[in-house]
Amino acid sequence: MLEILLSALILIGALFTFIGSLGLARLGDFYTRLHGPTKATTLGVGSLLIASMIHFSTQGNGASFHEVLVTIFLFITAPVSAHLLSKAALHLRVKSLANVPPRIDEADSGTDSR
Amino acid sequence: MKLRLFPHPVLTPLIALIWLLLANSLAPGQILLGLLLGWAIPIFTLRFWPERIRIHRPLTLFRFLLLVLYDILVANLNVALLILRGPRRLTPAFVTVPLDLRSELGISLLANTISLTPGTVSSWLSPDRRSLVVHGLHVRNPDALAATLKRRYEAPLLKVFEPC
Amino acid sequence: MLNLAVTIALGLVSAAFALTLWRLLRGPDQPDRILALDTLSVNAIALLVLLGIHLDSSLYFEAALLIAMMGFVGTVALCKYLLRGDIIE
Repeated sequence: MLEILLSALILIGALFTFIGSLGLARLGDFYTRLHGPTKATTLGVGSLLIASMIHFSTQGNGASFHEVLVTIFLFITAPVSAHLLSKAALHLRVKSLANVPPRIDEADSGTDSR
Repeated sequence: MKLRLFPHPVLTPLIALIWLLLANSLAPGQILLGLLLGWAIPIFTLRFWPERIRIHRPLTLFRFLLLVLYDILVANLNVALLILRGPRRLTPAFVTVPLDLRSELGISLLANTISLTPGTVSSWLSPDRRSLVVHGLHVRNPDALAATLKRRYEAPLLKVFEPC
Repeated sequence: MLNLAVTIALGLVSAAFALTLWRLLRGPDQPDRILALDTLSVNAIALLVLLGIHLDSSLYFEAALLIAMMGFVGTVALCKYLLRGDIIE
């Protein structure tokens, strides 16, 4: 029973990781590519980490919860790096399939506004 | 700046918890060390945290966290399906969301939530911090999306951090 | 059964690596390459966690944690360079 749950979690995690990278390779412009890795990959790795947590907790060496740290860390940092990447791309005027709002072009997005 | 003994009361148990997770044990010595670190680190990093964090409604914050976790799951499935269906059927768009939040912590939490959830990434904050530009992967109705984001995520954050 | 699942998962993550590397080589812009590098570090974490389960060793966890931190710091530094590098300060 536990093994089935573990296998399912591992497969789901790997599948999401793969789909995230597939999105990175396949989609049309930078801004849409950004969505794949930030979302699908975080959930994929999160699912893998939960599987690892269950696996090592049932080994008999006591509970193992430090995988939670990596999960939390990824969930905090993924949106931050996505925001910074997107800001950098807007600043460099990377080609976009969607219409860029005009106010960004006028304002100096390069100033360090924390 | 006045030196306080506990500049950030919320941070102390949080750092202690993170230390225990990192050490991966619940030995009394580790708990003591974690609490000591939780007391010392906020004092030494005081100048990076000029705002004092006040959580007004812990229960609302908790409900918000559960909602976000659920939305992350749904959004991931959504984005995975959109990626599998291929790039030709996507209608990406930039949407401008006017902000009511004023505190830095509130705005950054809102931006992070938007990036993690429904097929959107927050891309740009205007220098006056009055509006947030959001990129959506598959947007059918930009105004409805902005309204949803405001109602679903900004309203609870306003209640938690800036009750009037 | 667990072994089979881990093997399939390792294959999937390796394929993800290949796709990300392709994007890293192809570009076409600098943000694309940084995004690919960031994704590579996340994929490396996935690979390490899988390897830890496969080999029954929790040693790999520390490496995963370090890669997570370094990947984030690297991405932020490169983005800051893009945002400020071509501005005359």
